[in-house]
Amino acid sequence: MNNRLINWFKYASPQSFYPLAGKMIPWFAALAVVFGVAGLWLGMVVAPTDFQQGEGYRIIFIHVPASWMSMFIYLVMAFWAALGLAYNTRLSGMMAQALAPTGALMAFLSLWTGALWGKPMWGTWWVWDARLTSELILLFLYIGFIALQASIDDPRRADKAGAVLALVGVVNIPIIYFSVKWWNTLHQGSSVSLTKSPSMAMLMLWSMLLMALCFWMYSIAVALYRARSIMLERERGTEWVKEVLAAEGEGVAK
Amino acid sequence: MIGTITAVTARDLKLAMRRQADIVSVLFFFIIVASLFPLGIGPEPDLLRKLAPGVLWVGALLATMLSLPRLFADDFRDGTLEQLVLAPQPLGLTVIGKVLAHWLVSGLPLALLAPVLGLQFDLSTDALLVLTVSLLIGTPALSGIGAIGAALTLGLRGGGVLVSLLVLPLYIPVLIFGAGA
Amino acid sequence: MTIHWNSFSEFLAMGGYGVYVWGSFGVNALIMIVEPIMAVQRRKSLVARLKRQSRAADRNKES
Repeated sequence: MNNRLINWFKYASPQSFYPLAGKMIPWFAALAVVFGVAGLWLGMVVAPTDFQQGEGYRIIFIHVPASWMSMFIYLVMAFWAALGLAYNTRLSGMMAQALAPTGALMAFLSLWTGALWGKPMWGTWWVWDARLTSELILLFLYIGFIALQASIDDPRRADKAGAVLALVGVVNIPIIYFSVKWWNTLHQGSSVSLTKSPSMAMLMLWSMLLMALCFWMYSIAVALYRARSIMLERERGTEWVKEVLAAEGEGVAK
Repeated sequence: MIGTITAVTARDLKLAMRRQADIVSVLFFFIIVASLFPLGIGPEPDLLRKLAPGVLWVGALLATMLSLPRLFADDFRDGTLEQLVLAPQPLGLTVIGKVLAHWLVSGLPLALLAPVLGLQFDLSTDALLVLTVSLLIGTPALSGIGAIGAALTLGLRGGGVLVSLLVLPLYIPVLIFGAGA
Repeated sequence: MTIHWNSFSEFLAMGGYGVYVWGSFGVNALIMIVEPIMAVQRRKSLVARLKRQSRAADRNKES
């Protein structure tokens, strides 16, 4: 137990995390491709037509994973933020910063695919439903986070400010969800229900799981890649960054 | 404890009173925004009556946001904020005092002005009362949440726009509950 | 594991939902291609900049 703790803290320094991340990225990227190809094959080619929604239901194979990822990445960001505020580790701020753009894109994808799914299924691009509204606010929170970090020059302060914002947002999202829900039931009977058809065939479930895994691996790979760039930028001038830069020049990548 | 809060609040109020133009301009902003809506939507009383709470709440929200940068910026510029942070009194109480002062010069006047503007929207007496009470309850929350945004963007370039980007999404629950009441 | 579609054009049509399905998957693919490319570009320019800076620093030390 104690051993493990030490190990974790060893990788909490950018210097040792940088090569580790470099080694992991190709694996995650490869897994993303494998899961993606498998999921797409099952979901797009093999899976039968849904008897209620026709072929249009295939959008959920990317819609649901994107929505999951957008929410989960925010939680991870808030987790790093809390860690950074509590222990003042250098790595946590960098991770939060690296995750934000991917999370924002996932939120956007979720809204985009949701609209394209909603148009043929409900006959409208958008409804002021609790889930949709919360997802939109989530996108705003991501954009606010990115804008805040971009406008603060001092990285330490940027990390702290971003961390506070991420934590405030994490408290706020459930409140938004339930307040919209309450507001909706007050104003109009929710004519649309988002519940999927109850008996989802095993095949469809599998393809969705595979796609979700693909999104996971993709997000991890991109975020780690971005984190490595951020590490180089922030730690510039230190010995290990100089070594990395020298190695890069000789054509020895990583 | 109460002493710290009242001292900070009294100081901020005194400073605000020396710069009454700031308070008045925020109120005018509220009035103008609320008056523009009927011009844009049309004069049908039924429609206006339905829209009134939402319009007035959004107006109050934007007006509060406009006044947010003043919450810490002046004290930050002349170094007072640093002294307040270093002071032996707990920082939380100081912030509460400042938020309270901010509410007294922005939220409270807005809530008191709202029923007058509500008349423009042909609201009934009951509706006016509900609107005023909901604003009286809701605006302290706006000042409190806004203080987070104002503190985070303190001294940044483009801080004013950034504040709106950060704070407006966080205001949504207050808006929903307030305008829904 | 039989293939559900009879022809490729049927696959493209998606039972009349072609626009919506391919609109979703297209944008998704676009994002998942553009985002890594942008990340790589950013890293390349960053590495080039850092190298320039460190070379400049070295020159200053020598002179």
